[in-house]
Amino acid sequence: MADRQPPGKLKIYLGYAAGVGKTYQMLEEAQAMSRQGKDVVIGYFEPHGRADTIAKTQGLEIIPRRKLDYRGTVFEEMDTDAILRRVPEVCVVDEFPHSNVPGSERAKRWQDVEVLVDAGIDVLTTMNIQHLESINDQVWHITGVRVRETIPDWVMQRADQVVMVDLTPRALLNRLARGVVYAPDKAKKALEHFFQESTLVALRELALRQTAHEVEIRQVDYDSPGFQETPNGDESGEARRSVDRILILVTPDPSSAMLIRRGKRVADYLHADCFAVGVCRDSDMRDLATTEREALERHLNFARNLHIEARVLQGEEVANTLVEFAHLNGITHLLVARPAQHQKPKRFGRTLVQEVVRRASDMQVMIVADRGSRTHAQ
Amino acid sequence: MPAITRRTPEELLQQVQAEEAFEQTGRLKVFLGYASGVGKSFRMLDEGRRRHERGQDVVVGAIQPKTSHEIQALLAKLPVIPLKTIDDVAVMDVPAILERRPEVCLVDGLAYDNPPGAANPSRWQDVEQLLKAGISVISSVNIQYIDELRDRVERITGKRVSQTVPRSFLNAADEIVVVDAPPEMCINRAGDDQTTPAQFSQAQKLSELREIALLLVADVVDRQLEAYLQRNGIASTFGTQERILVCITPRANAAPMIESGRRNAERFHGDLTVAYVSQPELSADDQTALERNLAIARAANAHIEMLDGEDAIETILKFARERGITQIFVGHSTRERWWEQLTGTPLDRLILGANDIDVRIFPH
Repeated sequence: MADRQPPGKLKIYLGYAAGVGKTYQMLEEAQAMSRQGKDVVIGYFEPHGRADTIAKTQGLEIIPRRKLDYRGTVFEEMDTDAILRRVPEVCVVDEFPHSNVPGSERAKRWQDVEVLVDAGIDVLTTMNIQHLESINDQVWHITGVRVRETIPDWVMQRADQVVMVDLTPRALLNRLARGVVYAPDKAKKALEHFFQESTLVALRELALRQTAHEVEIRQVDYDSPGFQETPNGDESGEARRSVDRILILVTPDPSSAMLIRRGKRVADYLHADCFAVGVCRDSDMRDLATTEREALERHLNFARNLHIEARVLQGEEVANTLVEFAHLNGITHLLVARPAQHQKPKRFGRTLVQEVVRRASDMQVMIVADRGSRTHAQ
Repeated sequence: MPAITRRTPEELLQQVQAEEAFEQTGRLKVFLGYASGVGKSFRMLDEGRRRHERGQDVVVGAIQPKTSHEIQALLAKLPVIPLKTIDDVAVMDVPAILERRPEVCLVDGLAYDNPPGAANPSRWQDVEQLLKAGISVISSVNIQYIDELRDRVERITGKRVSQTVPRSFLNAADEIVVVDAPPEMCINRAGDDQTTPAQFSQAQKLSELREIALLLVADVVDRQLEAYLQRNGIASTFGTQERILVCITPRANAAPMIESGRRNAERFHGDLTVAYVSQPELSADDQTALERNLAIARAANAHIEMLDGEDAIETILKFARERGITQIFVGHSTRERWWEQLTGTPLDRLILGANDIDVRIFPH
């Protein structure tokens, strides 16, 4: 095998909607790098028929896409192997959150990018904020659209740089109206969802705050050994060390996905450790009906995909088992889903939330709202 | 999902054009950067170029003296109204611009003070004059020149600027755009290649400034969002910014709740409010305890709200919905009788009524 390369650098151009200029800015930088003598190729580029963006690819080598047949239709995907054989210094990869057609070597484009970066290739890529996993529910709430192609937050955190590509919603609407972003029929459809002004403003704010967060978590990286000056060392070092430990109660209920995302986001912002558990009478979950067991397993796997340590606890009584585990593990925050509206407090009995609150005498209990449900379930 | 009328691209364009035609004052658009070298001036001039090519009447009113080749190339494509000199100081020629009456004027170096004898004390006031005259302005500014940020920036950079632009000027802008770039870009543009300890520390400083710029624009955008939702009668909150409400009572063990609220608000760059629902006939002890808790809240820099209402839970929920609160912090006592009521406790009602707001319960 070839020498072990130091990994390449990943740079993400973050936007909040199609047409803000992510691809354009990425290509502009690729051109600048090429002019400086770097070996730059385009691994994947989505022209969307935009003339000024297409013009920016001029002079850059484009690696032909790979054609795949899926159920009688031919799909084109990035040819990761061809890029690896070509060994460029820098590779441009549009649409980071894209899902590859079934039958591809990897399910997601971000996994292809991981392979390129591991091979020592610097990658420039683009994505919109609505594809970030931890804000999926919020985006649903804002836009009414459930985004399916998501990027786990840890993937973004691993990028060396996240740069915000900003444009005001007004300018974006103007571009859309002038037909710069989409052809008229598609523009009309776009206006119905993502392109309402309030939606754009809200998404833009999310993107700005996320970029600020990404900038902040990378600041510690500058304090590498040998360069420790920390001139105003008041909060930078100490406050960052995690004191919080978050435990999420996972159940077969669909609200668990929302709870896991929210818990992970809170954990990331508080620099806290994050765990997820399901509670069953049998440790192999045999006490659950098949559909429930599958749902619980799916939710625990979802948590693992977001880099949360997840497991099943064996116990007769959920609240008791959960709180006991929390005590043993020094948990500071317990996260449970808000009981559904119809689950009125039982007479002479307590709901799960009540039981947990009553027992968790030395930690915070966070009852997490199902943000999307109220506005969209009707 | 709140109902919003759907518009076709044509209708939108018409609306945008109509709005612009009817507006008496000019529109202000500001490109905000966190350091020199991020490309603010370039973005400003490039927008001017594109508008010029689309047929708008664009002029350059003021540009920084030292400019790069890229900027020179853009300048060559635009009509420039030269600066004039008063007492050896370069000043934007406001009378000449007013006389020329362009649709759009590009103005750099907003924070410059004008010498005595100029039309206005500062260049940003020159811009206000142009806007009042119906001329739209595209401008760019570096956050270190924002008056209200001066102390924070000075703590990071060790440098204090003498000429500034007030934050209210930015808040009044119709559009604000953040010009973002990694710190390396600013350092490399300064002409260095090697990464030295000094540059690491420089990168750290730039990164802190960058965060401030992003959050500043996020705050301006948040205001715009609120205004938009209000204007359109949309009662919903989008929760784009975390807003934490800590509910205290005289007996509450408020210190840990407020401290946690403060830390969460800080980490999420959110907002912290501490509220108390007034109760009739407090004992002297309770009054003292309440004062102590409010002092803790003030020390944490929280907004403090005294709420009035017959039903404490309803009052809290109503306030929370109005303010777009995303998390309510409450304390709970473990005394059994509190829980044993057949009709459900106040806490149950709060949890059930909170809908899309998270509830955090703190043990007492």
